[in-house]
Amino acid sequence: MIEEQIEELLESINLHRSFDKNTPHIVINANKVLRSQVVEGLTIEPEELSDGVKARLRVEKGYKILQPVHLCFGMLPERGVQRIILEVQIEDEAEVSFLAHCTFPQAVDIQHLMNAEIKVGRKARYSYFERHWHSDEGMVRVVPVAKIELAEDARFSTEFELLKGRVGVIDIDYSTVCQARSSAEMKARIFGRLDDRIKIKEAAVLEGEASRAVLTTHIAVRDEAVAEINNEIIAKAPYSRGHVDCKEIIQGNGIARAVPVVEVRNPKAHVTHEAAIGSVDSKQLQTLMARGLSEDQAVDLIIQGLLS
Amino acid sequence: MAILEVRDVSLQVNSTVILNGLSMEFWEGYVHAVVGPNGAGKSTLANVIMGLPDYRQHTGDILFEGKSIKNLNVDERARLGITLAWQEPARFEGLTVSQFILASAKDKNKNEIDRVLELVGLEPTRYRSRAVDKTLSGGERKRIELASILAMKPRLVMLDEPDSGVDIEAIERIFEAIDHLKKDGCTILLITHSPKVLEKADHAFLICSGMLVDKGETAKILEYFSGKCLPCPHKNLPDLNPGGRE
Ligand SMILES: Nc1ncnc2c1ncn2[C@@H]1O[C@H](COP(=O)(O)OP(=O)(O)OP(=O)(O)O)[C@@H](O)[C@H]1O
Ligand SMILES: [Mg+2]
Repeated sequence: MIEEQIEELLESINLHRSFDKNTPHIVINANKVLRSQVVEGLTIEPEELSDGVKARLRVEKGYKILQPVHLCFGMLPERGVQRIILEVQIEDEAEVSFLAHCTFPQAVDIQHLMNAEIKVGRKARYSYFERHWHSDEGMVRVVPVAKIELAEDARFSTEFELLKGRVGVIDIDYSTVCQARSSAEMKARIFGRLDDRIKIKEAAVLEGEASRAVLTTHIAVRDEAVAEINNEIIAKAPYSRGHVDCKEIIQGNGIARAVPVVEVRNPKAHVTHEAAIGSVDSKQLQTLMARGLSEDQAVDLIIQGLLS
Repeated sequence: MAILEVRDVSLQVNSTVILNGLSMEFWEGYVHAVVGPNGAGKSTLANVIMGLPDYRQHTGDILFEGKSIKNLNVDERARLGITLAWQEPARFEGLTVSQFILASAKDKNKNEIDRVLELVGLEPTRYRSRAVDKTLSGGERKRIELASILAMKPRLVMLDEPDSGVDIEAIERIFEAIDHLKKDGCTILLITHSPKVLEKADHAFLICSGMLVDKGETAKILEYFSGKCLPCPHKNLPDLNPGGRE
């Protein structure tokens, strides 16, 4: 039973055959931890809740976890709520990368609420890549909230990708506080269709001297989808550097709104931003249609390229 | 038998006549050339046959295998097997050569990508994962366009100035690709300024100011390139550069 659920979840994210059980990982279906595997230096302490899972992830001081840690958060049922509470601590000089997959293959009405507190220690490195796999129909409401603290010289990067299937409703709220010489990179790539609703807020406070942050959001909306992006960098320290990059592509009746906010409170800080809203180029569209793709297929392919 | 027939087609854009009562027949399996000076309407004719959105308001009719395709969209015409390689191919940010070729391919098989890249003389291992964007040279981009067309296996292909921006050696690869398409029974329409490309054709049309000036065997149309111009109906001699335009 459990094995079957694991198979089904891994299959929905194309990891079915290639997945090696010895790689560090945790597989969660709704509020049940189906399987987990750790390696030296990494601890995962899961706790099942009535509507989700709370997990403490820790990488001990100085440990470099070489293999990416797979996190698979899934909901096999058609409906329900999944609340994931993560407490992540990467101790000083440790290194880890996570590959998270959130999969809702049969979703009709699902809420996936993620609440993460992430602390990255001195000279530690943390990278997190999250890919969402939604069904083509149905409704998933995804609300990820993360509070990130970077100690001196820490490096943090996170990337969120939702390109296949329906978005449903997504409301991302990530904020990072950066101490001296630390760097934060936050990236989101989302493709909304039909009546999908996308809301993103990525924020970074450059608290320490020479800290850096780059916030990148590439969003495409087609049909009647709506996207709103509010990315913000506040630079308080000398020599801190920041850049906000919002790129939006609209097609059909999609609506995109991008509001980059930059606030500089130190004359030696430097923050830049760029926001571009464009549409699908007609020559590209006609080229693909002249090869036999329907307009829909052509738009999808062009947008996938622009967001990649 | 004519696979494609252009029947008395005229096109006006903002009260300027661009195509003026063109009638042409393209026989199945033949290589046809359309030649004429800059601004003659060659690319416009190709756009009209392809059914591009800005070129749909023409008069007259276009028949493919005897049936009017006038009311069909670009993709519907493409699914009948008609396609066009643009004079200046589009660039796609973020799409790889593989993705681009696979999107066009009739046979969605990874080997197909290598097969068509080799046919146009591009080393698959070097090009497969390159982006189809501005990092490709003009000549490379044109050859990738041709590769995607080879993968599509069309019934009728219009190649708009297949040699422009392509070096001598690459032109040979393009000629081989044309031979390959012909061998597969594809009907080819070459739009060109170059006598060398014209020589690949079995039959040619000369157009000028949107009108058909002459048609016939390639050798006859080639004479225009050696200065033996016949007078145009509108007394405007075709301005063909004898050496061909680079
Ligand atoms: N959409 C358009 N709107 C206005 N004028 C157009 C349009 N398309 C083409 N034309 C005009 O029609 C004429 C024919 O253009 P076309 O591109 O077909 O010429 P061509 O024979 O392909 O020339 P070349 O050898 O330079 O490629 C030109 O004068 C061009 O400016
Ligand atoms: Mg032209």
